[in-house]
Amino acid sequence: MGFWIPGCAIHEYTDGNLAKTQYRGRGLGGYAARAAVHVQRCVAVGYRRIVNFFPWFSPHTYYDIDMNAILLSPQWADARWFGTDDLGRDLFVRTMYGGRVSLAVGLVATAVSLVFGVAWGATAGYFGGRIDHVMKRLVDILSAIPFMLFVNQLMVVFGRNILLIFVAIGAVNWLDMARIVRGQTLSLRQREYIQAAEVMGASRARIIARHIVPNLLGIVVVYATLTIPQVILIESFLSFLGLGVQEPMTSWGALVQQGTQVMRIAPWVLLWPAGLLAVSLMCLNFTGDGLRDALDPKDAHR
Amino acid sequence: MLRFAISRLFSTLPTLLLVVVVAFAMVHAAPGGPFDSERQLPPEIEARMAAAYGLDAPLHEQFLRYVGGLMRGDFGPSYRYQGTTVAELIADALPVSLLIGGLALVFGVVLGVAAGTASALNQNRWSDHVLITISMTGISIPNFVVAPLLVLLFAIQLKWLPASGLRGPASYILPVFALALPMLAYVARLMRASMIEVFKSQFIRTARAQGLHRNTLVFRYALKPALIPVVSFLGPAVAGVLTGSVVIEQVFNLPGLGRLFIQGALNRDYTLVMALVILYSAVVITMNFLVDLIYGLLDPRVRYT
Repeated sequence: MGFWIPGCAIHEYTDGNLAKTQYRGRGLGGYAARAAVHVQRCVAVGYRRIVNFFPWFSPHTYYDIDMNAILLSPQWADARWFGTDDLGRDLFVRTMYGGRVSLAVGLVATAVSLVFGVAWGATAGYFGGRIDHVMKRLVDILSAIPFMLFVNQLMVVFGRNILLIFVAIGAVNWLDMARIVRGQTLSLRQREYIQAAEVMGASRARIIARHIVPNLLGIVVVYATLTIPQVILIESFLSFLGLGVQEPMTSWGALVQQGTQVMRIAPWVLLWPAGLLAVSLMCLNFTGDGLRDALDPKDAHR
Repeated sequence: MLRFAISRLFSTLPTLLLVVVVAFAMVHAAPGGPFDSERQLPPEIEARMAAAYGLDAPLHEQFLRYVGGLMRGDFGPSYRYQGTTVAELIADALPVSLLIGGLALVFGVVLGVAAGTASALNQNRWSDHVLITISMTGISIPNFVVAPLLVLLFAIQLKWLPASGLRGPASYILPVFALALPMLAYVARLMRASMIEVFKSQFIRTARAQGLHRNTLVFRYALKPALIPVVSFLGPAVAGVLTGSVVIEQVFNLPGLGRLFIQGALNRDYTLVMALVILYSAVVITMNFLVDLIYGLLDPRVRYT
């Protein structure tokens, strides 16, 4: 089975203002930093294509066990570009498939938390008053709980199903989104076009769906970009602990875990997935952070 | 102040209660009982086991009994380690986690504040750029990647430090460092931003106009207000150390709470996992409460209402 990872429109937002606003420094450092922004963005967006297409070039599968090829070091012969793991499975293909799972979890769980958070925040912000108070209080209470542990308990109790992982991580990651959306909605509510819609007799549901939510999109996209690496991290954390995806399917977290067990004799089994995970998280974080700085003039991060 | 503290303390109770209720409900909604094994047991033995663990009572009664036990520090019996209570398991593991977590917290916050301040004072010079890049890297790379890489480099390749276990002070260095790193990076970033902000304010300009030395400016005037964002990060930081320690203790093979958590999770030892989630949540909630109190010490404008 394969996960086709749907396209995301993030790069369109980053194109114009990110490189301009983020690194203003002159001299060599400034230019290097601006170039680095483009590299980060390309990697963040390009990973999706790499993990989808590259396995096609390899003759191996992610599940075939080959006892004659245990812990081969990376080599050109027989297309073992990343080497093999302790069961003789091809590490290149496994790393790519792991990347698919990690990125798919990242995108799907972010989408779940997006829908939840935007609906919750926009409703609370638009209705105001007692409804807002109760909804906001609930978010406050929930965010006092260390959620990574809670997802963990969820996995323990309800078993390890990959769909459940998507939903569980998404369902506990919507709190920040709800808070931000609520704040933004509070200020949007005062705008003339909302009042105009109210005067024209539009229903509340229609105002939220057609007038509030579209105007929230900018900030929502920014925070979604920052949610993706967070979610990938949670999934990898669970897989690292052996609570995430199940063999023979894999993810970056599970691969790192396997790598730690054989790192004394075969460090490449650890280094490939660890390196790819680190680089992609870093690029996603840098991109999201740059986006936030670019779109939020008040934020004095630099 | 006292009135604020008490009312704030009471407002944390619903949160804690919610955690207990959700954790309890999840465990009891779980498919299969705690004593499922490959061997089919006769029904009368199963009934007796259920009675011995108090699982035959109606659900609300079980819940009340569990909460009553919590008040007395009794988390119930472990479902996997027979004849051992969860409280005993926790008491064995707590000191290890407490030491490592505490050291990492102190190390991370102190170094993070120092690095952030240094970075802010050298804003936009090359040392600042280097520090920002390092700290962003530290934030992005997860614990469970950093820790094995550290072991690979310092324990296996260079053989300077022990790779796992607890033998002597040297074996604490790698775990504490791995645990502190992301926190250090985040604190440095926060500190840098807030220090730059504080240095723009009027009272610093006044102090500078009086001809005070830069060190006096930083330590006497700027440090306290600049620490506020760092303090509000302490609540999430503690949560981070707790979840981080789950990974770190696994990698370094330390007999702490984190490893207990994983073992409980893999063995489906429901009472143990439930107790640890409740314990962790209680620590985080307490930390958030303390942070609210510390605000007033740092910023005289904060009024407790």
